[in-house]
Amino acid sequence: MARTEVRIAGFGGQGVILSGYIFGKAASLFDDKYATLIQSFGPEARGSACSAQVIISDALIDYPYIRKPDINVVISQEAYTKYGNDLKTGGILITEENMVSVGNGALAQYEHYTVPATQIADQLGRRIVMNMVVVGCFTAVTGLLKKDAVRKAVEDSIPKGTEELNLKAFEAGYNHGLKLKTERIGIGQ
Amino acid sequence: MKAEKNAVLTGAHFIDGDHAACEGAIAAGCKFVAGYPITPSTEVIERIALRFPLVGGVFIQMEDEIASSIAIQGAVWAGKKAMTVTSGPGFSLMMEHIGYAAITETPCVFINVQRSGPSTGLPTLPAQADMMQARWGSHGDYEVIAIVPNSPQECFDLTIRAFNLAEEYRVPVLVMMDECVGHMTEKVVIPEADQIDIVERKFTKKPPGEYKMFETNESMVPEMIKVGDGYRMHLTGLTHDERGYPAMSPKVQQKMLRRLVDKILLNEEKIRHIEEDEVEGADIVVISYGITSRVVLPAIKKAREDGLKVGHIRLLTVWPFPEAYIRDLAKRVSAFVVPELNLGQIVHEVERCAAGHAVTRLVPHAGGAVHEPVDIYDAIKGVLEHA
Repeated sequence: MARTEVRIAGFGGQGVILSGYIFGKAASLFDDKYATLIQSFGPEARGSACSAQVIISDALIDYPYIRKPDINVVISQEAYTKYGNDLKTGGILITEENMVSVGNGALAQYEHYTVPATQIADQLGRRIVMNMVVVGCFTAVTGLLKKDAVRKAVEDSIPKGTEELNLKAFEAGYNHGLKLKTERIGIGQ
Repeated sequence: MKAEKNAVLTGAHFIDGDHAACEGAIAAGCKFVAGYPITPSTEVIERIALRFPLVGGVFIQMEDEIASSIAIQGAVWAGKKAMTVTSGPGFSLMMEHIGYAAITETPCVFINVQRSGPSTGLPTLPAQADMMQARWGSHGDYEVIAIVPNSPQECFDLTIRAFNLAEEYRVPVLVMMDECVGHMTEKVVIPEADQIDIVERKFTKKPPGEYKMFETNESMVPEMIKVGDGYRMHLTGLTHDERGYPAMSPKVQQKMLRRLVDKILLNEEKIRHIEEDEVEGADIVVISYGITSRVVLPAIKKAREDGLKVGHIRLLTVWPFPEAYIRDLAKRVSAFVVPELNLGQIVHEVERCAAGHAVTRLVPHAGGAVHEPVDIYDAIKGVLEHA
């Protein structure tokens, strides 16, 4: 696998950085790959624009910043305005269905998936696990990392006692992603 | 001597450079940290505050950086290994006490996670613009050791080395990280405690009546004592004789200062820590350190694909500068290209040592981000054309 650049963007408090951390940890500790994570955020604790840059590769990573992402995960409208179109042609775009309106513009140049992560998290009981739904969806649609590796990274990165809810959210997101992926392959045929 | 088992978090971790530096300090035997939190170094002491109660260390959040940088020296003379952690403006406040550590030969570690300046600058963004301040920031003549990691793994490994060098040479050692390395998260493998070599303090075995605080043999590094062991201790920032008492004469100044400088400069080759890549036979050699040493790699690769003979030297220890090494190399290459996240600091050392034998070209960057590799590539391509 060559160098793959992933950006996750939203606002502070949504679990953007933790999502990036989980991808990086899954890759470098549980999937035999190299990964770097760089985070950027404003001085506010919550609510300001926030993004994580994850590079995943089979080789040591030299330049740890994103040039043009292969995968863009966008979970706020503000982040979509800023980064929605900053993606390689043919790249994967994942947006949160209720938080992000992609408008009427054609997204044919990207492989676009939407995930109602907030709604799924609400149904599971706590909106706070929205990011785990996104992580699950990412895992299914990108195929970049082994599912087991990401699951392990989730378990390894969340507060003790919250495993069940977080893993449920992860699985729900994964199943949603798998469904979208299968539909897309169907269209392709 | 090996690391203390309960202080070492053996295993593979996905942590940032700040956290890794904290673990390096703890593995090295650091038992006292005083600091005043400042971005982008805050995570180092946050983790220290969390981890120290588990390993028998003491952390004090001081009123400011001036107090922090002298509190650690008190802890050292009480027998502990100690460090402080800061960034930009805090580093400026600590300068006086780097000089104090140098003249009193107090082994201690300063971590500076560099951010863009001057003054408050860009608190959350990277720079490598304190490199000369690290060397010259305190008044008077003195030498320090400054080491520069380029990954979270090296933040761990080189912080241990910093503590070891501090003890070996009784000198303040500066770990000159940058915001990018400090806040970048990557895999860090922490070995078993019995795989980590630790240099213990050389306490004197002489009885109190025979011991002099600054008496040395060929090693140029005096043996230490700690308070409460029954020795007479006199420690001063004034020029002092072998007993540690003030002695206001040019003769004593010459002897003391010469030794403070020589114990580092005459051991430069021993302290030297560089990595070479395809330097033999190279026409152009890129010299880099810290995060920039990763950013240069795509540029070097592309230039080599164009058929240029490009070597790369990475400085893991910047001070003392590897003067003899660069002087020698300058006679065998055509040009040095020096990218730094500043408007020209270490390039001056390279140019001085090149002494006209090789063209020296800075690739400056004002900070707030890292270089675009293409700018470094262009500099490599152009350095001989415009020579």
